[in-house]
Amino acid sequence: MSEQYPALIVITPLLAALLVSAAGWLRPRLCFPLALAGLGAAAAAATGLLVQVLATGPVTYRLGGWEPPWGIAYYVDNLNAVVAALVAWVALFNLVASYRAVMTDYPEKIGPYYTLYVLAVTGMLGMVVTGDAFNLYVLLEITSLTGYALIGLGGGRAPLASLNYLFLGTIGASFYLLGVGYLYIVTGSLNMADLAKLLTPLYGSLALLAAFAITLVGLWMKMAFFPLHAWLPNAYGFAPAPTASLLAPLMTKVMVYVMIRIMISVFTVEFVLQEVLVGQLVVWLAVAAMVAGALFALGQRDLKRMLAYIVVAEVGYMVGGAWLGNRLGMTGAVLHLINDAVMTFCVFLAAGCIYQKTRGTSFEDLRGLFKKMPWTMAALAAGAMAIIGVPPTGGFFSKWYLIRGGLEAGHWGFVGALLFSSLINVVLFFRVFEIAFFEPSGGDDSHGGHGGHEEHGGAVALAEAPLSMLLPLMAAALGLIALGLATGPLVQKLILPIIPAGLG
Amino acid sequence: MLHSITPLLAVLASLAAVPFIILLKGRPNAREAVTFIAAGIKLILVASLLPAVLAGGEVEFTLAKVLPGAPLALRVDAFGLLFALVSSSLWIVTSAYSIGYMRGLDEHSQTRYFCFFAVALSATIGVAFSANLFTMYLFYEMLSLATYPLVTHHQDAEARSSGRKYLFYIMGASIALALPAMIITYQQTGTLAFSPTGILAGKVSPVMAGVLLFMFVFGFAKAGIIPVHSWLPAAMVAPTPVSALLHAVAVVKVGVFSILRIITGIYGVDLLKGLDLGMAVAWVAAFTIIVASLIALSQDGLKRRLAFSTIGQLSYIVLGLALLSPKGMTGGALHIAMHAFGKITLFMCAGAIFVATGKKNISQMTGIGKRMPWTMAAFLVGSLSVIGLPPTGGFISKWYLALGCLQAGSVALLVVLLVSSLLNAAYFLPIVYRAYFKPPVEAAWAEGRNEGPAAAWVPPLVTAACSLVLFFYPQPFLRLAQMAVAQLFGG
Repeated sequence: MSEQYPALIVITPLLAALLVSAAGWLRPRLCFPLALAGLGAAAAAATGLLVQVLATGPVTYRLGGWEPPWGIAYYVDNLNAVVAALVAWVALFNLVASYRAVMTDYPEKIGPYYTLYVLAVTGMLGMVVTGDAFNLYVLLEITSLTGYALIGLGGGRAPLASLNYLFLGTIGASFYLLGVGYLYIVTGSLNMADLAKLLTPLYGSLALLAAFAITLVGLWMKMAFFPLHAWLPNAYGFAPAPTASLLAPLMTKVMVYVMIRIMISVFTVEFVLQEVLVGQLVVWLAVAAMVAGALFALGQRDLKRMLAYIVVAEVGYMVGGAWLGNRLGMTGAVLHLINDAVMTFCVFLAAGCIYQKTRGTSFEDLRGLFKKMPWTMAALAAGAMAIIGVPPTGGFFSKWYLIRGGLEAGHWGFVGALLFSSLINVVLFFRVFEIAFFEPSGGDDSHGGHGGHEEHGGAVALAEAPLSMLLPLMAAALGLIALGLATGPLVQKLILPIIPAGLG
Repeated sequence: MLHSITPLLAVLASLAAVPFIILLKGRPNAREAVTFIAAGIKLILVASLLPAVLAGGEVEFTLAKVLPGAPLALRVDAFGLLFALVSSSLWIVTSAYSIGYMRGLDEHSQTRYFCFFAVALSATIGVAFSANLFTMYLFYEMLSLATYPLVTHHQDAEARSSGRKYLFYIMGASIALALPAMIITYQQTGTLAFSPTGILAGKVSPVMAGVLLFMFVFGFAKAGIIPVHSWLPAAMVAPTPVSALLHAVAVVKVGVFSILRIITGIYGVDLLKGLDLGMAVAWVAAFTIIVASLIALSQDGLKRRLAFSTIGQLSYIVLGLALLSPKGMTGGALHIAMHAFGKITLFMCAGAIFVATGKKNISQMTGIGKRMPWTMAAFLVGSLSVIGLPPTGGFISKWYLALGCLQAGSVALLVVLLVSSLLNAAYFLPIVYRAYFKPPVEAAWAEGRNEGPAAAWVPPLVTAACSLVLFFYPQPFLRLAQMAVAQLFGG
């Protein structure tokens, strides 16, 4: 059984998606339990795989028993084992939290929603475990296409935002495919491990450089790396709440993972960082991402849109860290990938809880929320502390490594931007807290939504989100602190072994 | 070196009270009982560490190895225990006072108030017991955040703008200055553990050492050194028990204590002496002392006058430490305790006056001695202690500070201290004179004694009595300060 974990991670949710789709026609009530079972099995398999990889080292799995490089191989080491576990668990928790929201908002679309949801997660998990560059493209498209639909389900401008995302996302995916095509032309292989071997004699070839650059641009587009971020704020800002809290924490992080994988496993860090100037330039782009993300976030009057711009800034953290060209920076980037997934999940889920009760997330809707939803706001505060970088939350420690990486590289712009972004985050979140703390809520039922009179109708002041949303939210908030306290083993046992020796 | 979980328990004692305080929110008496129990347990736990430390030992506990060379760890030494004893003993007095004040004024959201007060105390003891700079930074930030809801308790426009100012200075300075300074220190030395000989010697260039030192000194803005002081007068918008315990004792002294750790544990006396950085810091502090005292003279709001007085007195401590002479450093450390007892008395008197009469300004308090004789007597003792006159504890710490100036060979700084003491007298004694010797402005005050709820005016009497006792018997604080300093000088 345990040797089948890599396949199970992808196969179980894929099958579950088919069953959910069927159940959508026959028994809509079964959709949620089926999705839960599928993602639960995937999370269990991902956890098992992580334990296995940590105990016995990297695992290579041949799909259908075909020998690589002809067959598709899954290759799992510390890096993607932890990302897979992260994706599976966040998706699972978010699924639980989505139950009430989907019931309230899309009662007639339960089947399609959960089918798309589970398929999107399948694609993300597949991208993480696969060791095949073309297979990765296929899975990327699965996630993207389902993602467009999941976003488009939202009301108002969501379909338009989704269409915009579709255009830009397709361009990004095409760039990636084009880059992989170049690689195939020069090597005749698509298997990452095989590519790494075949590329060694070819370094210095211009075609290779073009392939690398084009692949990167494609990935940057998909991860919303400034200035290719334009699709993200609208897509995540207008997306239905449970979609936003699925895609915002995971999609960008999976793309950052893919970038790091391409940098260290397909190419070598020596090749990637051979031109110091290029590395510097990318880090400066990251600086721009952090500064621009922070400034744009300042201009928002809606919690979800503000959070979306924070995601843009956070992507800058990770890309910058990975390109600093030293171990500390890379460690920080990977550590931040883990922490950021959980903290973004925490804050977007909190926004989802708020939406569930107030039917809006604009700043006006936040008035008096510390009284009405103290638990949700406490979790939002925990997420905010992580994003600001207050110890003992995980966000502090990843920032710690990133800043040290910046100092070691002598890149003062990067260090300054990280501190600047932290300061702006203080302003951003305390502005939200001020509204929720100082301004009394004006008329509880003024929004006239249909979610306002649920089981908590008895209490006048307190109007918390349902328990099925609160529990995952609390788990995320506590997870932030747990991750912070576990930084020592995370770095020593998990991250340092996978940092390539070529990084100084 | 002793390993024991007691330091952790001492930190957590007040944090553990929070769930109970929330659960008992419908029953105020039971809720406040939780605070008292937690405060009692905390003091007992802190005091139980005293014998080991007085015997020359240190007590350690490591929670988690989060960063190599900078674990999440606690270590109790003489400096830390001195500060922890002051804070945890005054928490008990302040809790009694809080009940008198908050109920006397029928304040809203008392459950939230007592919760965050407990969290703030946990963070304070955490700072006192931190074994390294990273752990200290963690508790420092925890305190910043826990105090925000206390400062903004009234939830009105003034509280909102004061809260902003508070965050801007405290968090802004710590993220923009102290955090990078800490990371650079770690980058250069690979450790953040406080060591009696410092960790930076030989690891940084003189210029870097100077820059880092001032990043720390201004980064820990809670110490209120000019120009990062103006959050403190703004924070006076908080309920008075908060001003009393947090903005005269816990929060501000966490700032000073952080600077103490930087000077003694990160830099070490020899490095600072070698680079003449001690004198640089001492003069920055001297400037703050004089300017803050001058501003205090012109304040009519009693709490604002006290706030500027605090800014000046905090810099006494910094100055004492920066003298780098054994007597001066003893005086600085001792002043943490002596000023605490004196200033908390003054704040509690200000609050008692507000509860009993609704007056906030000094000009409205003429003749109030007729109405509140005991409160004003406590005020007099507190004033004497802050000025540094016998028979109060403040005299002892200032005596050591003066000797320290001479030991460091700086007569100019001694003159600063003396001038400042005169200024202190000039802004405190007229208040007492007005209260007792001028005819009351309000006719009702002449009718006789009425000091409001006992829980509001007895606590300042208790702390005033402590100030008097400390003059005759300044232990264990003096002993702890001397031990800690002896360790720095290889004793």
